[in-house]
Parts: sequence; C-alpha cells; structure tokens
Amino acid sequence: MENFSDDCETINFDQMPDENGHFGPYGGRFVSETLVYALDQLTSLYERLKDDPEFQAQIDYDLAHYVGRPSPLYFAERWTKNVGGAKIYLKREDLNHTGAHKINSAIGQALLAKYTGKKRVIAETGAGQHGVATATVAARLGLECHIFMGEEDIQRQSLNVYRMKLLGATVIPVSSGSRTLKDALNEALRDWVSNVDDTFYIIGTCCGPHPYPEIVRNFQSIMGREAREQSLAQTGNLPDALVACVGGGSNAIGLFHPFLKDQSVEMYGVEAGGFGVSTGKHAAPLNDGIPGVLHGNRTYLMEDENGQIIETHSISAGLDYPGVGPEHSWLKDLGRVNYVTVDDDEAMSAFYSLTQTEGIIPALETSHAIAYAEKLAASMGPDQMIIINLSGRGDKDILTVAEIDGISL
Amino acid sequence: MNRIAKCFERLSKENKKALISYIVLGDPMKHITLPLMHALVKSGSNIIELGIPFSDPTAEGPVIQRAHERALENGSNLGEALSLVKKFRESDTITPIILMGYTNPIERMGYDKFIELATTSEVDGVLTVDLPPEEAVTFNDKLKSSNIENIFLLAPTSSQLRQEKVTKMAGGFVYYVSLNGVTGAGNLEIDSVQKHVGNIQSLTKLPVCVGFGIKDGVTARAVADISNGVVVGSAIVKKIAELAETKEIDPAVYVDAVSRIISDIRSALDK
Ligand SMILES: Cc1ncc(COP(=O)(O)O)c(C=O)c1O
Repeated sequence: MENFSDDCETINFDQMPDENGHFGPYGGRFVSETLVYALDQLTSLYERLKDDPEFQAQIDYDLAHYVGRPSPLYFAERWTKNVGGAKIYLKREDLNHTGAHKINSAIGQALLAKYTGKKRVIAETGAGQHGVATATVAARLGLECHIFMGEEDIQRQSLNVYRMKLLGATVIPVSSGSRTLKDALNEALRDWVSNVDDTFYIIGTCCGPHPYPEIVRNFQSIMGREAREQSLAQTGNLPDALVACVGGGSNAIGLFHPFLKDQSVEMYGVEAGGFGVSTGKHAAPLNDGIPGVLHGNRTYLMEDENGQIIETHSISAGLDYPGVGPEHSWLKDLGRVNYVTVDDDEAMSAFYSLTQTEGIIPALETSHAIAYAEKLAASMGPDQMIIINLSGRGDKDILTVAEIDGISL
Repeated sequence: MNRIAKCFERLSKENKKALISYIVLGDPMKHITLPLMHALVKSGSNIIELGIPFSDPTAEGPVIQRAHERALENGSNLGEALSLVKKFRESDTITPIILMGYTNPIERMGYDKFIELATTSEVDGVLTVDLPPEEAVTFNDKLKSSNIENIFLLAPTSSQLRQEKVTKMAGGFVYYVSLNGVTGAGNLEIDSVQKHVGNIQSLTKLPVCVGFGIKDGVTARAVADISNGVVVGSAIVKKIAELAETKEIDPAVYVDAVSRIISDIRSALDK
C-alpha cells in the first residue's frame, strides 16, 4: 500500500486496545455505574482465560466439530472470469453451522458465560443471525436465553425469529425508537443492568463497552488467521485486498485484524449506502458520521446537530445500525482501512450476480461486500487477488428478496 | 459556595432531608417545563434535576423513556435546557439545578461551550449517566474550574475500591442508585440501601442521596431515614404521562397534579 502511513508501521495492532479499552480516542467504557462491576468481572475473567491452553482447546474443539471450521477459502472462478480482473476468493463463513460468522463469537462468549456460572444469557440481534447463533449455543449448554429484536427486524427476518423460538429462546420485540438493531441493543443493556447478577450478555458485534470490542474481535479473528494461511497455501501469496461488509464490524475486523501488519494488503470495509449517502437515508457512519458516544463506547455515529442518534436505513437488517465498532473508527482515522459504501440497489444486483454465477446465495449484508468487490476486482489485474468475507448465507433473506421481486411465497 | 452545598447546609440546620425532583425538559410540551419547575420548588422540592432528552436513554425504564420520546418529538434539546435555566433564575436564585442526561448531546455541543452556557445560566451541577470517572477526567476538570458540581452515581454492585474512587471525584452529593435496574423499577431493599449508604458516608463528607424505586411518601421516608435525601423521578413523570395522554395543554393542570405528589412526599419526609 503506497500510503501506508508511518503510524501504521510502528503500531502493534495486537496490543490494542489499551487497558481502558481505548483505540486511540475511540472505544472505552461509557456505561452507567451498575454495569462497571460486571464489565470488570468480564475483563478479568477474559484476561485470565485468553491465554489459557485448556480454554483455547475447548474453543478449538467446538469450532472444529460443532461449527465446522476451518471454513473453506474458495476461488470463485466463474465469477472472476465474468468480472474480468483480480482473482476473487470467498472466505466461506456461510458454511458455518447456523449460516454466518456470528457463531464464532457466540461460541466463545457462551464458554465465558459457562465459566461465570451464570445461567441466563441475553443478546441483541438485527438480522437474527446473532440471535440464532446465541440461541443455538444456549440450547447446547442448557442456558436460559432471551433475545432482543426490533419490531421492524422481526418482520423482515421472520424466518430467523422462528428458528430462535424452535431453539428454545424467548424473542422479545422492541418497540422503542427506530425499532431496529440500535433499540434492541438499548433494551439488552437495560435488561443486563436489571439482571446483572445472574445474566451474561453475549453481544453480537465488536461494539459496546470495553472489553466487548476486544473479545469479539479476538474470537472472530479465527477467520483472518485461517484466510492468511489458506491464501499462502493455495496461491503462495498474501491477498492484495480484503473486502468485508460493516454493520457493527465484526466480520470485517475478524478478517482484517490478522492482516493489519501486512503492509501490502489493502482493506475495504463496506458500509450500507441505503438509498444513497447523499439522501441521508443510509447506515454509513464512517462515511457520513462524526465521533460521539453510544452503547458504551466512543465511535463514529450518525446523529443530528443536537447529538441525537438518527434513524438509519438499509435493506439489510444486519447493517442497519447508526454506530460502528470503535476499532474501525480508529483504523479509519489511521488510514489503514478504506471505508466505502454500496447502496441497496447495488447490493441487490450483486446478490443475483453471485447466486447465478457461483451457486452461492449470500446474505443481503454480505451482498454489500460482493458489490464493492466486483467493482474493485474489475479495476485490478489478473495477477492480483481479493478475499471477500462471505459472512453469511441468504436463506434468511429469501422472503425479502421474493417480495422485492413481487412474488409472494 | 455552590448552591448545592448551601442547600444541604440549610437542610441540615433545619434537620430536614433533601427532596430532589426529576422531570424531563419539554415533557410533554415545551411551555409546561418552566411552570413545573417553579411548582416543584413551591410544593417542597429542594433541588431540581432537569432531564435532557436523549434518543437512546439506556438507563431509563419505560416511563422515563417515553418522556424522552415526547420531548424529542417537540424538538427539545440541550441548548433550550440552558436557556430555560436562565429564565428560571430570573425568579429563583436559590434552588440548585442539576442537568441530568447522557454524554452525547454534551459532547456534540462541546465541553467548553456547554460549560460556558451552563455558567451563564447558573446551572449548579451535571449528572451524566454514562460517563463514569475513567471517562470523565477531562470533563470533570473543566467543570471543577467553573464551579459546577459533577454528580456521580454509585450502585449496589460498586466495590469498595470503586466507592473510594468515585467519592474522590464526586461533587455536590453522591447519588446512590438503590437497586440493580433502570429508573422506575420496583423492589427497594431498605437493609441493603442502609448498608451501602452507611459505607459511602464513611468515605466522604458529601451528602448521600438515594434514587430509583422511590414512589411515594412511605418509600421516601424509609429511605430518607437512612440517607441525606431522596430523588423522585418516575412517580412524577408517570403523572405527567397520564395528563399528556389526555392531550392536556394547560400548565396549571400539570402544576396541580405534580404539586400534590411533591407535597405528599414532603410532608412524609418532615413528619
Ligand atoms: C451475514 C451477516 N453479515 C454481516 C453482518 C453485520 O455484522 P458485522 O458488521 O458485525 O459483521 C450480519 C449481522 O447481522 C450478518 O448476519
């Protein structure tokens, strides 16, 4: 990368965040006093366990035998030919148990919950993938599970709502505010404050108060570590570029983080452009927001001139969030990662394009990454290589897509 | 001396407990707030906590959440809160005013501009729910040098170490949150409150007031007996919500209803 800044050369990305959870000016712990104790507890538990070989062995076992890791790094040959440019590889997180990357972190956090002895887990969900992942691990460990989900998302992701119920979770509709992911997170925080003694909060993305952004990143980094090895094994080289969609940013940070020190690897985080960034109706805080404080951390946000968080729009529930993980805000300011946008229509056409050329139906969230990668690949040479995080499969979105096509199922 | 300190000094001379009343700016309509503030004082409140509406009030239960929503619908914001306090001061220069809210609107205005306006309006204290001491260092220093008290919360889950840390930074009074939960929750446990408040009092000279779960004269009295004062919020806001529901626009009706609640609690405290 030509403009790999001097800062980036000297930073040890593995040493971030600092002990108070800060990534430069971002991150931290902006919570009401009641939660400080629970977060301190979680921090010291995680510090104790993260280098513990037995804990790591349990995670590795679950990831291999329950989730189905490692996920393949697949060369999308036909699509590459159609696009005509760089070779495109897909990191197949859609093949994980439950169909998305969310399970990587849910498995890890549930194991932490088990160590705390708490018998109840809660989670927020937008697209429902994290809700399903949490309900799944809760069923497996015999934990009581409550999932908070905005009313609007309950409608557009009804298949996932039913999956969660089948798995024994209680889905709690959230009717406040914009009735989407942001409000589900508010409600999960309120529940946690009220039940902090017996409840473990399994957060769905690399947001929230310290230590969550770090914990989620570390659990999700399995994707980047595998992709790095697979790339070297399959092609003899590191990729030239990585592309991932960014809602809260967990699939992106999980792919990017193990490559941050590799100066030759360019990275693109794709935010939801909604109806177009110029319309204001989107979910792209890194492209069109400013730093502020929400959900326990300082990060780029979409807000009005009075500091009120504004409603976002994206066709994909999982990207429909006004904030972003604090580490991404820091990486943006550093210039290490490029944050770009793809609007609803572009995402939809990428959805069809991948489905029809490769026989892989991607999630609508993932379709944003695919759309950008298509443009990027076309601008690169055939001796170059891109890895896209294929963060999830599109089964959950079938009803939405059918509706757009005017078909009622 | 800051108005808050003076207020507690006066109360202690009179052997009385502090009654701190919380309403949300602009709830349910902008023209209701100023008359309500004066009514709170007249009916026996010693300190007013003026809630600054925020889109994502994560520490609030449903009653106060709805109040924030009503206020945001009519466009109430931090800037207006500051001008309103200035107006309040035209006829009340004694009652301490604390702005209670969330970090983001203050950061958006900017710490310096906020403090400048708060100083002109004679705001006495600030309570930022989601700004614990670790994140509050810069803001706290700025507030201190402007003689505005930074009020901090302590909770049942706060460790001894934490209580020491928070009381060291705290100004005005310490706000003890009586229960693990959001505003408006039920189950107040007096024994536990007594133990914690006693411990906090042993760490600081500041008064310790208790909020969350105080609904009426009985609960107020029970808590006041073991602390320096009580904070009442949801009980007032619930009444405001009932009137808002009927589309009431006359400030006198709100003043009447809220005054009755406050008088009841005041007389229970003074009995
Ligand atoms: C398949 C898929 N990809 C991406 C996301 C966005 O989340 P994040 O940015 O944390 O990866 C979601 C969230 O629901 C998802 O289900």
